[in-house]
Amino acid sequence: MTRALSWGRYPDVEQRLYPVNWQDDAWPAITQTSLLAHGQGRSYGDVAVNDGGVLLLTEGMNRFIDFDREQGIVRCEAGISFAEILNLIVPHGWFLPVTPGTKFVSLGGAVANDVHGKNHHQAGTFGCFVTQLGLRRSDEGLQICSETQNPELFKATIGGLGLTGLIVWVEFRLKKISSTYIEQECEKFSNLQQFLALSETAAEDWEYTVAWIDCQAKSGRLGRGIFYRGNHAQHAGKHREPGDYARTRLSMPMDLPGFVLNRLSISLFNQLYYHRPLARRGRVHFDPFFYPLDKIAHWNRMYGARGFFQYQCVIPTAQALDAMTDILQIIAQSGQGSFLSVLKLFGDMPSPGMLSFPRAGVTLALDFANRGNKTQSLLAQLDAVTLAAGGAVYPAKDACMSASHFQHYYPQWTDFTHYIDPAFSSSFWRRVTQTGTAA
Amino acid sequence: MKRVLILGASSAIAEHTARLFAQRGDRLLLVARNTQRLKTISDDLRVRGALDCDYRVADLSDTSTHDTLLNEASTQLGGLDIVLIAYGTLGEQKACEQDFNAALKELQTNCLSVLSLLTLLANQMEQQGSGTLAVISSVAGDRGRQSNYVYGTAKGAISIFLQGLRNRLSKSRVQVLTIKPGFVDSPMTRDFDKGLLWVKPAVIAQGIYRAIDKQKDVVYLPFFWRYIMFIIKLIPEKIFKRLSL
Repeated sequence: MTRALSWGRYPDVEQRLYPVNWQDDAWPAITQTSLLAHGQGRSYGDVAVNDGGVLLLTEGMNRFIDFDREQGIVRCEAGISFAEILNLIVPHGWFLPVTPGTKFVSLGGAVANDVHGKNHHQAGTFGCFVTQLGLRRSDEGLQICSETQNPELFKATIGGLGLTGLIVWVEFRLKKISSTYIEQECEKFSNLQQFLALSETAAEDWEYTVAWIDCQAKSGRLGRGIFYRGNHAQHAGKHREPGDYARTRLSMPMDLPGFVLNRLSISLFNQLYYHRPLARRGRVHFDPFFYPLDKIAHWNRMYGARGFFQYQCVIPTAQALDAMTDILQIIAQSGQGSFLSVLKLFGDMPSPGMLSFPRAGVTLALDFANRGNKTQSLLAQLDAVTLAAGGAVYPAKDACMSASHFQHYYPQWTDFTHYIDPAFSSSFWRRVTQTGTAA
Repeated sequence: MKRVLILGASSAIAEHTARLFAQRGDRLLLVARNTQRLKTISDDLRVRGALDCDYRVADLSDTSTHDTLLNEASTQLGGLDIVLIAYGTLGEQKACEQDFNAALKELQTNCLSVLSLLTLLANQMEQQGSGTLAVISSVAGDRGRQSNYVYGTAKGAISIFLQGLRNRLSKSRVQVLTIKPGFVDSPMTRDFDKGLLWVKPAVIAQGIYRAIDKQKDVVYLPFFWRYIMFIIKLIPEKIFKRLSL
């Protein structure tokens, strides 16, 4: 293996790969360059990319350390994936307290990006459930961090983009479940007002809410989509193993040529998806509910060899309607459609992380095939709207926001720099801090 | 529930195989040199479902300790159902060419000490009339090549020894499994450039687990190495000796 790409497969740069299989493994000596952890490669942009530097590959550091089956607390090495954790905990009646849309993320990556899920409005981010973690630093060695021990370093490490040192283990609280099934309801909405109303109504009684939105619909249809809400089912009988669904995985065997995904095919997909017959309610296994795309291994190859960009922003609720309308109009006009556009209302639960992305408001996640400058300028237009509305962009999915935008979104970044390990850096971090404080 | 002894338990292949045993609730005893690693691995295996998992620290290249070690291990587990021998070093071929003492050390670790263990274990299993001896050899033992023939010699000798042992123990219903992995992306091969043929230790582990389950004799992992090595073995020596392999 000589390449380590992020999920968006952009940028593709030269870096030295160095597997770290044990918590106390020696790191390569560096002089001019820097280190950065790289887990399962599921962040999209360049937060886990280190151009010209060393990537510490943590995939082999994937052991369980302790599992308290009564209290629901698990401690694992940081390279382990959520999929492996689910395999262990689900048969014992426990579930991840927060999960992103793929179970193939590493635990360390989940902490470093302070990931969120469909239950953000009730639970907050993954970082809210971390009780303690082991952080190995180049200058101070192993530091145990929690709310009470090294609390500042703890807050900096949650959502700290892997810059505060190497996260070697993490302990976190689980959620009790009595079934592996989810009671799900779907409802179509025809505009953003309806989406907001549905989200607010569902917030209290539904643990998981999310919406798919047709980002190619114009004028009268702008903002139409499908709203999903779900709760863990109660006592559905026998527990099914989480592996039940993984066995039928499909795979994208190669890069699709760039022309396959065009305005027409994406528009057709969105039309069909919106008009497909929907069962209004039903009971589904947690796997297809949380991880629909995990069924297709390497789905990122759909976007061809040039890769793709993700764009995820959050807009404060008061500005959300106007700003989201602007964003959707810009996208629809650009003709650079996104397949999987996801909309969700975040709650106001604060994240412990210093640099965490989630905050109260509406979040929109989009993906765009990399068409070079054309796509970059579209993203710059979206950034302008997000900035004007007082929003922020998610580093884990970003590969091109400007330094000045980042510094406006995250004014606390200068405080954060005090906690960065002197030997650690990333392509992302150099990009968003290179021009000093924004004017 | 099987009683499983793993010799060289901190190797990546052994660790991943042990996870599969742990998941089905086996009782495990691990042997390796590094206490901290053994503790880390046995904690993990217990969480994954091992009925019990303990460890012993030993340098297995020292044959004088083998008799005691195996007796104690057998007592502690209450018998032996499966023994996996998984330790080894990928010595420096160039150093071995310059200094026979370096070669001797490689042969002691990768071959002679393994034969010592097998001698003792074979007698025990022959007597009990059951059990599995699974040993990690290598495709490198199928034909000598200039790039690693000392390692290849050690592995080749093990393969032949196991062949004879299998013949001897077949009437005692003891499974003797020769495992021949190809290129494995593990800490042992950290400094190699990895190409298409390389696989993760977890893939090899699955193959070992299945081969034990199916009472196989010799297994190439992944399977396609059987065909690669078949072709490599067919090349006439006249031509083979001129290849840079």
